[in-house]
Amino acid sequence: MTAFKRPDGRKIEELRPITAKVGVVPNADGSAIYSSGNTIAIAAVYGPKKMHPQHSQNPEKGTLRCTYLMNSFSVSDRIKPGPNRRSMEISKITEWALEPVIMLKNFPNQVIDVHINIIQADAGTRCAGINAAAMALAHAGIPMKSMVSSISIGKLDKQLVVDLTKEEEDYHVGEGPTDIPISMTDDGQITHLQLDGKINHEQMKEAIEMAKEATKKVYEIQKQALKNALEEKK
Amino acid sequence: METSYITGRRIKEYLSLGKRFDERKLNEFRNITIEGNVSNKAEGSCRVKIGKTEVIVGVKLAVGTPYPDSADKGNLMTTAEILPLSSDRIELGKPGFDSIELGRVIDRALRESGFIDFKKLCIEEGKKVWTVFVDIYSINDDGNLLDAAGIGAVVALKNSKLPKYDLENEKVLYDEESNEKVPLTDALPLTVSVHKVGDSFIVDPTREEEDLSETRVTIGSSRGIISSIQKSLGQSLSSEEFSEVLDLSQKAWDEIESKIKKYLK
Amino acid sequence: MISKMTEENKRKIVIPGETIVEGDGYLPGEGTEKRGNKIVAQRFGLSEESDNLVKVIAISGPYIPRRGNTVVGKVVNVLANGWLIDVGYAENAFLSLMEVPRFVNKDALEEVMEIGDMMAGKIWNISKRGIDLSIKQRGFGRISQGIIMKVNPNKVPRIIGKEGSMIKLIKDETHCEITVGQNGFIWINGENVEDEIFARRAIDFVSDKSYIHGLTEVLTKWLSENKK
Repeated sequence: MTAFKRPDGRKIEELRPITAKVGVVPNADGSAIYSSGNTIAIAAVYGPKKMHPQHSQNPEKGTLRCTYLMNSFSVSDRIKPGPNRRSMEISKITEWALEPVIMLKNFPNQVIDVHINIIQADAGTRCAGINAAAMALAHAGIPMKSMVSSISIGKLDKQLVVDLTKEEEDYHVGEGPTDIPISMTDDGQITHLQLDGKINHEQMKEAIEMAKEATKKVYEIQKQALKNALEEKK
Repeated sequence: METSYITGRRIKEYLSLGKRFDERKLNEFRNITIEGNVSNKAEGSCRVKIGKTEVIVGVKLAVGTPYPDSADKGNLMTTAEILPLSSDRIELGKPGFDSIELGRVIDRALRESGFIDFKKLCIEEGKKVWTVFVDIYSINDDGNLLDAAGIGAVVALKNSKLPKYDLENEKVLYDEESNEKVPLTDALPLTVSVHKVGDSFIVDPTREEEDLSETRVTIGSSRGIISSIQKSLGQSLSSEEFSEVLDLSQKAWDEIESKIKKYLK
Repeated sequence: MISKMTEENKRKIVIPGETIVEGDGYLPGEGTEKRGNKIVAQRFGLSEESDNLVKVIAISGPYIPRRGNTVVGKVVNVLANGWLIDVGYAENAFLSLMEVPRFVNKDALEEVMEIGDMMAGKIWNISKRGIDLSIKQRGFGRISQGIIMKVNPNKVPRIIGKEGSMIKLIKDETHCEITVGQNGFIWINGENVEDEIFARRAIDFVSDKSYIHGLTEVLTKWLSENKK
């Protein structure tokens, strides 16, 4: 069985090189930078704090509010600065990816703001954003049940692979590319799942299993980045 | 909770003695560090830190039609986004006035100084010219985003390459490597913002100093030639005070230039 | 000697979702949750175990008001019978005119404190109705001058120190009166600005190094090296 050849020579289950660090925005209550290959995301958390306007307050639990924004120059064809439909959708997806683990019941009428900025894009930006956001939330001291780790599983023609690059997203052999971004907690709960392409049920289940293994690797790096923040100071 | 007015009294008291909380002189800048090429899809980019203040600036080039009154010249568009990421004081939603003003002030400094050789950005007179987009993003606001952005714009442009252009297919070949630099002159249009706090004039305020600023004059100049001025905020200045501001800005410009020299090889 | 060694070993850096200890007999303390027979962290910080009670000492996070807390806050509204104070929490606290050391005429509230004034006070009660403040104690009331700084509320216990030893060291070496709000806002009032700036730097120093061992010695050394 010949091994599937990926453009950058990685193995099927191999992630791109990851770097992660917390405490990169001094003004923020918590912050982090997460990069996967050439994709770089930075996240900053402010809160919990009073929510304005008052009519948006939820007396039963706090609100998580995420904003995702790509820098105009993060991609080849400049993006006009400011929010657009795609960034608004990803902002919401990010909220849904993180909400299940945050103990929002502790903060009625309050809001936790998470701001994500993509400095450089080479696919997997929403995943990098979610990974940075999860670290930033922990760094901010927000009570959480567990961490959230995110990765994109891809299918190139018939082959499932882990962590797509932009080049792989444009793969046009056979069945073409399928992009499956997934976010999971460290105890295997899926908090975010999207798919763009085509896949049968069996391979979909296989993709989830691959994601479980891959997000475990992401988790170890997120954990180490948080611990490094305190180790440095000792 | 803004506690600035109590601490502010002390800051002003201390300034009247010619001193600042971080031991700088009134006309002194904080430590400046610059990192080039921080975003690989940009034609040019850099990260500038002044003390804890941080901005990222990226340059993108695109081909478009020239303005009718400058048929043989390329265009410049400068935009700034003071991100909510960078401070707990930013409201979500449309760009605030501060972002708009920042973009426009830096734009004028770049444009009027003759820094960019717009004629060399012409591909086909009347039909095709390059537009230079300079986009500024704040990452941490600890005061003086303006001057950090000004430095960032200049350095990012200096390390910007002109992409290859496929005239026949009318396509910019972003992914192909190019060795041609964006055509610039030897001007260095840096901005220096001078703030009036109490009775003292200071440059490069930290955020807690900036909170007390009663009036700000931003001067964009290159080697003694002023190309843009913006006076902001509500207080007035006497002409003597304005002269003091000009002198201060010149000294500060020299200081910034020497501090960033090593990044401009 | 042995118990001290194991105490240090019991402290480890944990992140949310991480298992701190596994086994029966452990009890979940602050910042933790029991899942089956595991005690799991719900905060980022240092885990600590004593007498089978496992908790997480958070190094960041929001302020949670408690009865007895000293707070430094800002007047956001003057009502008919008192003042509404922002103490950096979701709800504002209330200072009744009855909790002021001298008699206050119902029409003269603004003479005591106006909107925008900073003040120091004590939380004497927390109920469904809200947080009640008092400024009857000495050293509390309207703040007229000094420097007000902010630290993360989770660092405050370290800044105060065991029986106030850490803050006393700073007060003595900087000759400043320092009122530490449990809500993270600290009021420094000294004989001159230099002393106040020195005190602020000392507090930032402690806040930054809050989880190292032997911090008192490290601080003492820093104070003598940085005195002017």
